[in-house]
Amino acid sequence: MSEDASNAVGDYKYGFHDPENATIRFDKGLTEQVVRDISELKNEPEWMTEIRVKAYHHFMDRPMPNWGNCSMLDSIDFDNVTYFLRSSEQTEKNWDDVPDDIKNTFDRLGIPEAEQKWLGGVTAQYESEAVYHSIREDLEEQGVIFLDMDSGLKEYPELVKKYFCTVVPYADNKFSALNTAVWSGGSFIYVPKGVHVEMPVQAYFRINAKNMGQFVRTLIIADEGSSIHYVEGCTAPTYSTDSLHSAVVELIAMDGAKIRYSTVQNWSANVYNLVTKRGIAHKNAVVEWVDGNIGSKLTMKYPAVILKGEGSHAEIISVAYAGEGQHQDAGAKVHHLASNTTSNILSKSISKNGGRSSYRGLLKVNPKAHGCRSKVVCDALMLDEDSRSDTYPTMEVSNSSADLEHEASVSKISGDQLFYLMSRGFSEEEAMGLIVNGFFEPFTRELPMEYAVELNKLLELEMEGAIG
Amino acid sequence: MEHIGETMSDLILDIRNLHVSVEGKEIIKGINLTINSGEIHAIMGRNGSGKSTLAHVLMGHPAYEITKGEISFLGKPIEDYDVFERARAGMFLSFQYPPSIPGVQVGNFLKKSVNNVRDENVKAREFRKELNSAMEKLEMDRSFLSRYVNDGFSGGEKKRLEMLQMMLLKPSLALLDETDSGLDIDALRLVAKGINETAENIGVLLITHYQRLLDLVKPDFVHAMIDGKFVKSGGAELALELESKGYDWLEA
Repeated sequence: MSEDASNAVGDYKYGFHDPENATIRFDKGLTEQVVRDISELKNEPEWMTEIRVKAYHHFMDRPMPNWGNCSMLDSIDFDNVTYFLRSSEQTEKNWDDVPDDIKNTFDRLGIPEAEQKWLGGVTAQYESEAVYHSIREDLEEQGVIFLDMDSGLKEYPELVKKYFCTVVPYADNKFSALNTAVWSGGSFIYVPKGVHVEMPVQAYFRINAKNMGQFVRTLIIADEGSSIHYVEGCTAPTYSTDSLHSAVVELIAMDGAKIRYSTVQNWSANVYNLVTKRGIAHKNAVVEWVDGNIGSKLTMKYPAVILKGEGSHAEIISVAYAGEGQHQDAGAKVHHLASNTTSNILSKSISKNGGRSSYRGLLKVNPKAHGCRSKVVCDALMLDEDSRSDTYPTMEVSNSSADLEHEASVSKISGDQLFYLMSRGFSEEEAMGLIVNGFFEPFTRELPMEYAVELNKLLELEMEGAIG
Repeated sequence: MEHIGETMSDLILDIRNLHVSVEGKEIIKGINLTINSGEIHAIMGRNGSGKSTLAHVLMGHPAYEITKGEISFLGKPIEDYDVFERARAGMFLSFQYPPSIPGVQVGNFLKKSVNNVRDENVKAREFRKELNSAMEKLEMDRSFLSRYVNDGFSGGEKKRLEMLQMMLLKPSLALLDETDSGLDIDALRLVAKGINETAENIGVLLITHYQRLLDLVKPDFVHAMIDGKFVKSGGAELALELESKGYDWLEA
């Protein structure tokens, strides 16, 4: 652990970093030339270069959002960010071939082990690009495409061109423009008609370098009647200076398809995490976001589902944990475009040691969408008086047949609960850990077991030193 | 840290001239009580007489302040020990109103509790065996284990879960705070079974309003409590007397 970690917050166990052995590192700062250079370096088709450049200009012209956490957003120094860093010349299919430093990192994160045990495929991204990638043979034989996004564009340019920026246009917001301009890495997935990918596939994103900007781009297409569960994890070293992670994720669930996208982001407390995630659900399709925000300095992320086809369904379950110096501005958006569409939103947040968590939600029902149902539940748990929790729900309902429910609660850990648990031999910290894990349980039970266990451990660790 | 509960003797609990206040108001006004292993003591009294306060102060509830007197548990003064350390040393409190812990499954909670109070981690198979046997005795369905602790439980279910915990935690001192209140006769019978099952060779302090539990769990000593003091102590027959005559005749 370096001296940079000396002012780390809490016991962030992924805060270690490795030497930065970059093979290509761009100078800090963003210009049109940087954008063109990234594209050229990757030998991209002309149309991609053009869209990047357009997005770059939009990013430069577009003002910062005037909501969320403006003072934190305004303190981002875009000139002090490294926009592209290559740390390995190629993406390996065998862990043994990954450079030692990097392999070591992923070993410590438990990635190769997880792959052997319970995953259908793995992508490991280090800085800007994937360093390792694999997919189970049986999935490949069924025609499932699971690649890092750069390889996806190389091998399936037509498919990428058809869907890229269709769910999240580059001009959607300032950070989707930034991502589109400088994107690198991420996952590209196509599941053919009727194929059910039984084991989850996982992507792991790691930032190692200081002042790094990671701009992951993910595109998942589930063809008619297919299904897939995608899991992503994120960590970074604890530095005294900030890093930026700005991802765009686009999901397309064709008729009758189902996509579940699970995230546990545990970025170190110096990472800005500004992410646009959106899915389109066609007829009778299901899009589910299971979204956990534990780390980062500022997260602004509102997983969204556009219910475009009749009978489609959105499920968004999210948790946020905001500790000292953290602001989790998270939430959900659902747009009911078609009739008989349904959505469930469950948001749970915990604030501690002056941390701030906000739920920001948007629920829209179009005039022509009849018989839609939606349920929104927001629960906040405050662990002390210094912390803060806000709820900003917005509902725009233009069809009177809609059936909507909204519940919100703010609670504290009660003295009765603590005394009860302590009378069963739990120390005060253990008791708080148990209550917190219980509070997040509706979320953790949706995760693959290995992730759930890890998340519970993480939260117990966060409760240490919570007393006094 | 020195642990309480290391000396073995027949003396479980020794309370001398205990005075307790809550927010500056004196609730317990000088109590003496000695409990040896194998003894069941019942405290009877009206609402507000200080019965529950006694149970809570023994367990270490932070709202209750000992202003005078001493309590020793297994030969050690207990004031210096935190609630969870008392539990780990073998003290158990059955709550009158156990709070719910949403999201925490009963099975997981029981396993963790047992591991907290025992010196060695109990083996999974052994734990399952003990659990099954205790649940059978209390006529509890397996589905209890996947429910959240006390969440949406009926009064009777809560009390049965308290008894299940007591049977698994094997305390050396069990404090039962109105475990019989609000129970129908079937639930009462099961609760009594739980107590009798555990009571052998440990100290039990039973706090109750009613005689009916004492028909099923026979006390060795009964103490009548009025306004923070024991006004009369006797054998099981005192409970019957209190049931028929009330408390007025004891007031000075």
